[in-house]
Amino acid sequence: MSRQTIHLKKEVLVRIIKAFFSGDFINNIRLVPFQMRPKGSDVSYRCCIYKERAVLRDRIISGLGFGIENDDETLDLGIYAEQALKREKPEDIPLTVIETACKGCTPNRIHITDLCQGCVARPCQSTCRFGAISIINGKSVIDGAKCKNCKMCVPVCPYNAIVKISVPCEDSCPVAAIQKNAHGFAQIDYDKCITCGKCIIGCPFGAVHEKSQLIDVLKNLNKKIIALIAPSIVGQFPGNIYQLKSAMLKLGFSDVYEVAQGADITTKNEALEFKERLEKGEPLMTTSCCAGYFNFVEKHLPEIKRFVSDTKTPLYYIAEQAKARHPDAVTVFISPCTAKKSEAHACANVDYVLNYEELGAVFVALNMEITACEQVPFDTESSREGRAFGITGGVAAAVASISEIRVNPCIINGLNKDSIKRLRQIAREGRCPPADCAPQDASRAPDAASGCNLVEVMCCENGCIGGNAAIAPEKISKKALADFLKMTPAADQP
Amino acid sequence: MKQIELKICLGTSCYVMGSSHLHELVDMVPSRFGDIVNVVGHNCLGQCSKNLEAGGPPYVQVDDEIIPDASIEKVLQYLEIKLK
Ligand code: FES
Repeated sequence: MSRQTIHLKKEVLVRIIKAFFSGDFINNIRLVPFQMRPKGSDVSYRCCIYKERAVLRDRIISGLGFGIENDDETLDLGIYAEQALKREKPEDIPLTVIETACKGCTPNRIHITDLCQGCVARPCQSTCRFGAISIINGKSVIDGAKCKNCKMCVPVCPYNAIVKISVPCEDSCPVAAIQKNAHGFAQIDYDKCITCGKCIIGCPFGAVHEKSQLIDVLKNLNKKIIALIAPSIVGQFPGNIYQLKSAMLKLGFSDVYEVAQGADITTKNEALEFKERLEKGEPLMTTSCCAGYFNFVEKHLPEIKRFVSDTKTPLYYIAEQAKARHPDAVTVFISPCTAKKSEAHACANVDYVLNYEELGAVFVALNMEITACEQVPFDTESSREGRAFGITGGVAAAVASISEIRVNPCIINGLNKDSIKRLRQIAREGRCPPADCAPQDASRAPDAASGCNLVEVMCCENGCIGGNAAIAPEKISKKALADFLKMTPAADQP
Repeated sequence: MKQIELKICLGTSCYVMGSSHLHELVDMVPSRFGDIVNVVGHNCLGQCSKNLEAGGPPYVQVDDEIIPDASIEKVLQYLEIKLK
């Protein structure tokens, strides 16, 4: 996603929040598209100011927590705002495609440009295994019905005349869940979608949105409402997490817990489960706290289920603790990604999810300066291992640190075509294809010929810090997290 | 020539609206303009509380001038003209 679309999305969120606190939410929300594109303003992106306002209206609807798919265009934004205020539960599907924002770009296909010289060699024709290329009037032509988009002809053309036309959302989706519909606009197949959020980042028009639970959270502020902050939050905001905690208390949260504390429970249970499974003779276990991976297993690779750890995620444990201590409190998970919205929806102890961008927008709208806040400690400080869960390799390292059986980790850093292939192979053969694991071999003992026994899967590259709602670039958040971990003591060894 | 001070605002509003992505300027500016420009991160420059309308955060300050809605390209372009 480009800087501009991210900025635009955040600006919309900020304005929704300002309208919420303005004292006349219903009327002021209606005015937001006009404030953002007042009469006579430059038309920055679309054909005209009316279209830009129409797109903004749809972005606001998703910011209020509704899908665009069922939008009744005659409804005023104020009515949506009223419905959002009344709503008891957020919608279950966390994503929506804003068709007005979708360009309906050229379909994914191979295209021969007019740079084609109709050469004598014709390597394109001989390379094509599907007989899709013929020569008409001295130029190569592709038969769309035969072409399988294999791209073999692209590199062989001596004139670079053949191009692959990309559809960014389709290319970004690891499971082919987003595709153009009959009208040429992107559409998500929710039976396939693993809610990883990669299409949100992929679309250069910012047409895929999360349905925000902002309003649900805002209306509960200053009541009993507990925020559960994910470990990857370090580096997403200026200041440290103790200042972040106090800033959130000032926003109206009644308490803030680190999910890393739940991670410490996950580590212990996962290490036990790992031991049990291996002693039973199982070759390996896949560990993961990644909701995107779980959705992937459910919908696309049920064969691997026998290896997937049953231990619950850090969010599960911390939410359980929060509700046990304060049964009457509302719990809000502060999340790096969309996938966690689907996990939270299925988890009785998590009421709402705000992602980093949404929380950030609240700070901006209310002009809260985190670095000016005092530091407020957590009731329980989490361990270094628990705080490292947000970065790829962190979960496996935590389990390895207390496991009685030696861990040979295999780290799947991001779901993509290649890593999915590898997971399929693991599911089938019950072992990790050894050649692929070379990068991790350095840290491994020479007798590790038995291969990997603990497979950590993160849907996003770099782990949660690479989630779709991350604010800081990974280079920055990685460093911030590393610095913070240095200051945090390791867990007591059992 | 007098040193130019380039401040990237790392206050909360600017950070959330994207100033952490301007960090690359720390390497880019000296490599393009030499050490005549001194790039530093800075606390809230006090612009964010004024309004969101005029371009808005993230802000970059070059000597006394404020660049709103700052991007890497915009800042480089600004320096290009200023140093010409
Ligand atoms: S946060 Fe940048 S001007 Fe205030």
